[in-house]
Amino acid sequence: MALSQKTKEAFLGPLNVNNPVLVQILGICSALAVTVQLKPALVMGISVTIIVAMSNVVVSLIRNTIPTRIRIIIQLVVVAALVTIVSEVLKAFAYDVAMQLSVYLGLIITNCILMGRLEAFAMTNSVKDSFMDGLGNGFGYAWILVVVAFVRELLGSGKLLGYQVIPDSWYAAGYENCGMMLMPAMALILVGCIIWVHRALNDKESK
Amino acid sequence: MEKLYQIWKKFGKNFEEGGKLQKLSSFYDAFDTFLFTPQTTSKRLSSHIHDGADSKRTMIIVVMALMPALLFGMFNVGYQHLLATGELIRGGMNAALFWKAFGFGLLAVLPYIIVSYVVGLGIEFCVAQYKHEEVAEGFLVTGMIIPLIVPINTPLWMVAVATAFAVVFAKEVFGGTGYNIFNVALITRAFLFFAYPSQMTGDTAFIRTDGTWGWDGGKALVDGFTGATPLTQVATTSETSLMPVDFWTAANGLIPGSVGETCIWAIALGAILLIITGVASWKTMLAIFVGGGVTAALFNAFGPDTAAANLPWYMHLVLGGFAFGAVFMATDPVTSARTECGKWIYGLLIGFMAVVIRVLNPGYPEGMMLAILLMNAFAPLIDWCVVQRNIKRRAAR
Repeated sequence: MALSQKTKEAFLGPLNVNNPVLVQILGICSALAVTVQLKPALVMGISVTIIVAMSNVVVSLIRNTIPTRIRIIIQLVVVAALVTIVSEVLKAFAYDVAMQLSVYLGLIITNCILMGRLEAFAMTNSVKDSFMDGLGNGFGYAWILVVVAFVRELLGSGKLLGYQVIPDSWYAAGYENCGMMLMPAMALILVGCIIWVHRALNDKESK
Repeated sequence: MEKLYQIWKKFGKNFEEGGKLQKLSSFYDAFDTFLFTPQTTSKRLSSHIHDGADSKRTMIIVVMALMPALLFGMFNVGYQHLLATGELIRGGMNAALFWKAFGFGLLAVLPYIIVSYVVGLGIEFCVAQYKHEEVAEGFLVTGMIIPLIVPINTPLWMVAVATAFAVVFAKEVFGGTGYNIFNVALITRAFLFFAYPSQMTGDTAFIRTDGTWGWDGGKALVDGFTGATPLTQVATTSETSLMPVDFWTAANGLIPGSVGETCIWAIALGAILLIITGVASWKTMLAIFVGGGVTAALFNAFGPDTAAANLPWYMHLVLGGFAFGAVFMATDPVTSARTECGKWIYGLLIGFMAVVIRVLNPGYPEGMMLAILLMNAFAPLIDWCVVQRNIKRRAAR
């Protein structure tokens, strides 16, 4: 399947150069809230990816029939339906994680990445492009969450995906988990660090 | 001296553009201006600067002002250790024990000083070299304050991590010395406090019960030993009034606490030096003591019936880090309010907040750190309001 330049760009752009979290600074709230551990962050990333991609597809399909005046409401209905489906599925098959994510699962509906993509992309582009754009933005959001959660769980609890990875001998030698990593403030600083590195690298490319 | 200077300058040739050690030029420059008064002066008739007191010399004065507190703190660390191990009984001091206490404290505190300077200055040098700037001198004071405000049992690697965090995220990201919003030394302590709470609070944090460098360690503690600071005792007691120590004991400073904070007289010596040389503002200091004293007195009169609220107002001023913070950290010219009227407001609010946190939140026996950091954030706003008021008043004239 040969993808056109535009489709490729729709998928690859949000992963790096036009990342929703790093460049557009969207979706920060949930990035701070669900990244204490890796597992909820992974689930959150996947959920958002599915919801963005699917809602992009649906809205793109009906984009020509949506009256402009009430388009936001219609987009919200689409997103709300998908969020409900995803949260019910999670409650059925991954109850613990769904409980850990608690309100943030429902709050995906207010995630600014979603509305941003629907308004800016799906309303004016073909179904295939919209799908790729949704996937790209979802993954762009998810990898930031995973990186932040990786660092926070590793340094804050000494675990990864719930398994102890820092050996007990370290603790015996005086090592201690950094409690600061469990606080949302540190997530903000970590996101800041990723943005710092990202800008530094991309500036070099443009020079 | 002149000869020495010539040799130093000749050595410096290596660091100039194209020299062998060009990569390390910021090191040379830092030591050059640290050791000698800079030879470059502003051109005549083009500037109003007429004093050699650049920020390096200002910083050195603060470091000198910290010396009494540091020396006394070293002695107190050893003194508390000897008390805990039962080698010394209160009042049984003699010359041999005095020197043992001081030597023990010196060895216990010295690693903290070295770690804080190596880590902090290391980052400063790297950043300066990377940005092709001169090394800023701000860390001279910060590096000396950090050992004075961390509990003596904190593992060294934690101090290193906290120092690195504070220098990078409280200072360098804002643009380096002179641009930081928060006091860097306090951020170090705040990081330790929130990241490793078990090391920063509790009964064992403030007294070195183990040995230092393998010396005098592994001893059994005396029966009924408690290492709680007076403020912790007040915060955790279930009684409605508790006087852990009397005023003079607290002021003399032979009580558990962070290294530099216990002795009021040592801090007062530093404060006098700072005020005489004009480095720190007496208005800020006075305002903090007034604010804290009045707030505590109000709590005495109308507050809830708890031990912390019933602690006499003058005790609040001499216990814990109140005096040390007021003299050395709240007056930091970078992070405090700069307008004269603003200094009063800033100081009063710090004193007020510190006592409020101490009295109303039993989770934080010591409120000075959070109070200063909080008001650091508000200092620009205070200044702005003062300036606006002045503008309005003048416009109305």
